[in-house]
Amino acid sequence: MDLSFLQQFINALQLGSLYALVALGYSMVYGVLLLINFAHGDIFMFGAFLGVFCSMTLKLPFVPTLLLSMILTALLGMTIERVAYKPLRHASRLSVVITALGVGLLLENGMLALTGADPRNYPEEFLVTTVYNIGGLSISNVKIIIIVLAFVLFLGLYLIVQRTKWGMAMRAISYDKFAVPLMGVSQNQIIALTFALGTALAAAGGILWGVAFPVLNPYMGMRVGWKAFIAAVVGGIGDVRGAFLGGLLLGFVEIFVVELGQYVGISSTWRDPIAFALLLIILVVRPTGLFGVARRQKV
Amino acid sequence: MSKHVSRLLLVVALLVSALGGLTVAAQDDCNFVGEVPIGVIASLTGDRPKVGQSTVEAAEMVVEEINAQCGLQIDGENYEVVILVEDSESKGESAVAAATRLIVDEEVIAIIGPQASVEAVPAGQVANDRETPMISPWSTNPATTLDRPWVFRAAFLDPFQGPVVAGFAQEEFGVTTAAVLYDIASDYPKGLAENFRDAAEASGIEIVAFESFTTGDTDFSSQLTNIIRANPDVIFTPQYYNEVPLIVQQARELGYEGPILGSDSWGTPDLLDLCGDACNGLFFSTHYAPDIATDVAQTFISNYEELYGAKPDDVAALTYDAFQLLFTAIRDANSLDRADVRDALAAIELYEGVTGVMSFDEQGDPVKCAVIIKIVDGAFTYYDSACPAGFPPEDAGEPAATATPAS
Repeated sequence: MDLSFLQQFINALQLGSLYALVALGYSMVYGVLLLINFAHGDIFMFGAFLGVFCSMTLKLPFVPTLLLSMILTALLGMTIERVAYKPLRHASRLSVVITALGVGLLLENGMLALTGADPRNYPEEFLVTTVYNIGGLSISNVKIIIIVLAFVLFLGLYLIVQRTKWGMAMRAISYDKFAVPLMGVSQNQIIALTFALGTALAAAGGILWGVAFPVLNPYMGMRVGWKAFIAAVVGGIGDVRGAFLGGLLLGFVEIFVVELGQYVGISSTWRDPIAFALLLIILVVRPTGLFGVARRQKV
Repeated sequence: MSKHVSRLLLVVALLVSALGGLTVAAQDDCNFVGEVPIGVIASLTGDRPKVGQSTVEAAEMVVEEINAQCGLQIDGENYEVVILVEDSESKGESAVAAATRLIVDEEVIAIIGPQASVEAVPAGQVANDRETPMISPWSTNPATTLDRPWVFRAAFLDPFQGPVVAGFAQEEFGVTTAAVLYDIASDYPKGLAENFRDAAEASGIEIVAFESFTTGDTDFSSQLTNIIRANPDVIFTPQYYNEVPLIVQQARELGYEGPILGSDSWGTPDLLDLCGDACNGLFFSTHYAPDIATDVAQTFISNYEELYGAKPDDVAALTYDAFQLLFTAIRDANSLDRADVRDALAAIELYEGVTGVMSFDEQGDPVKCAVIIKIVDGAFTYYDSACPAGFPPEDAGEPAATATPAS
C-alpha cells in the first residue's frame, strides 16, 4: 500500500469527523420530534462565528472558546425550539419543516447583517498548526485534535443516550411520545435537552471546521448542513451511531473517489456525482439507512 | 477637497512652467472654444459598487488634470473635457441603455467603460453598431472586442496570464514539472487553468497533475494529496481570495514545500488577512502593482492617494490609462470626429501608462506586460514585469522582460 493512500485515510477521517459532528444533531432532533431541522446547518455556522467572537474579541484560547461557544449555541438551540418549534408541536409536519427553513434563513441573514459578507477566520495564535512528518506521512496537530475530539464527543453523547435517565427518556420519547408523559416524564424538558446537545455538537463541529478550513462566511452552513443531513439519512436518521457512521462514510467516499479515481482514469471532477450516486445506492439497498431498522428505538 | 484640488493645480502649474518656461496657466485663462463630451459607464449600484466608485474617482481625477492643462488642443484651440457618467447598475441591459443614451442623446465622442465583461460585452455591441469608440478599462473577456473595430480595452485578456505565469515559473524557479488545482465550475479559473497547461506544455514543462474541484468546496486534501504524490516543482491555482488561503494552508499541512503561483484573482487585500503567514513568498500575475516603480505610476498613485485618501486599485489605474489613451488618440487625430478618433486609437504605437507600456493589436486588445507580485510580510509587493515576446521594443526603455512566451 502506498503512503499517500494512508494520507488519504487521514484526510478522510478528518472530513468525516466534521460531517459526523453535524449529522448527530439532525439525527437526534429527528429521533424525538420526527422533525428535519433544516436550521441545523446555520446553527453550525452560528457556532463557528461565536468562536470568532470569543477568540477575536474576548481573546480566549482554544478550549474556553470551544466550551463557551458550545454553551451559547446550546442556549440558542433551546431558544429556537421554544420560540419557533414548540408552538407548532401539534401542527402538520410540513409547517414545522417550513419554519425550520425560515429559522435557517433568519440566522444566515442575521449573521450577514451583523458581520457583513467578508470572510472571517480565527487569530493565528488560536491553534498554531504544527505539522508532524512521520515516515513521509504529514499529520498536523489540527487533524489529530479534530479526529480525537469528534470521537470523544460522540462517545460522550452515546453514553448519555445509553446510560443516563435523560438518555433513557429520550429513547423512550422517540419510541412512543404519547406514553412517556403518562409515566411522569416531562416531554418539553427532554426535547429541550435534545436540542441543547445536538446544537452544542454542531457548535463544536463549526469551530473545528473553522480551524481546519479557516474561511468562514454566513453561508458556510448551507452546504455542510445538506451534506450532514445526507450523512444522517444514509446512516439511518434517528440513530446516533448511524449519524456518526454516516458522516464518516461520506468523508471517506468523497476522499476516496478522488484517490481511487486516478487509477481508473476518473478525474476529481467526478467527485460529487460519484460520491452521491454511491450514497443513493446504499439507500436503495437499505431504505432506512445503515442503522435504521424498522421500529428500532430512535435517538 | 478644495485644498487637494488647489494643491494638485499647483503641482500641475509648476510642472507646466518648469517644462515650457510658460507663465502659470490657470483654468480660466484657457479660453475654451468648445467641449469634448466623453461618456463614462460605471456600476454605481448593484453588485459592484466598489468598481463603479473607483471608475468615477479615476475619471474625475484625470479630467481635472487634463483641464488644468487647458483640456485638449485641436487646431491650436483649447477644448474642455467633460464627462457624463451613467450608472450601469452592474447589469448588462442597463449598460446597453446607458451606452445608447450617451451616444444618441448626449452625442459623446467616445465612451470609457463599462468595466465588468457582463456589462462590457453587450455595451460594446451598441458602441460598435453606432460607430462610437469605446474603451473598456477592465473587461478581460475576449468577446468584448472580438470583431468589433470600434471597441478597445486597457486590460490584457485572461488567456495571456497562462503563458505569463508558465514563463515566470520556468525563469524564476527553473521548473520542469507543474500541477494545477482549479475550480471546474467557474469560467475564469477553468479557462486560465487550461491556458496555463497548454502554455506550460508548449514550453517543455510537464503537467503531472491537473486536479479540479467545484465552487464552494473547502476541503482540497484529496486533490492535494494526489498532486503531492505526483511531486510537481510548482502548483498553479488561479482561484479567488476566499479559496487560495485554504489551498495554500492545506498544501503546507500535507507537506508540500514548493512554490504556489496564482493569477490576478488573488489580488484582493482580504487574501492577506485570511491567509496570514502561509501566503508569504508566493507569486501571482496581475495588471498593476500599487508600488510599481515607474514615474508615471508613482505620480498617479500619489495624486490619487492625496485626492481620495486610499491607494488606487487596478480598476482606477486601468480607467486612468483608458482616458489617457483616448486623449492621446484625440490629440493624434487632431479632430473630434468619432471615426478619426477610432483610427487614431488603433494606430497608437506605444503608450506608457500607469499599468505599463502598451499598444493595440488588430482586435483592439492591448499588447502589454503583466506584473508579477510577490507577497512579502503580508503585503502585495511589485516583483517583476512579465512581457510578451519582443515587447516592448528595445528603445522603449521599460523594465526588462522576463517571461517570453505569449501566443
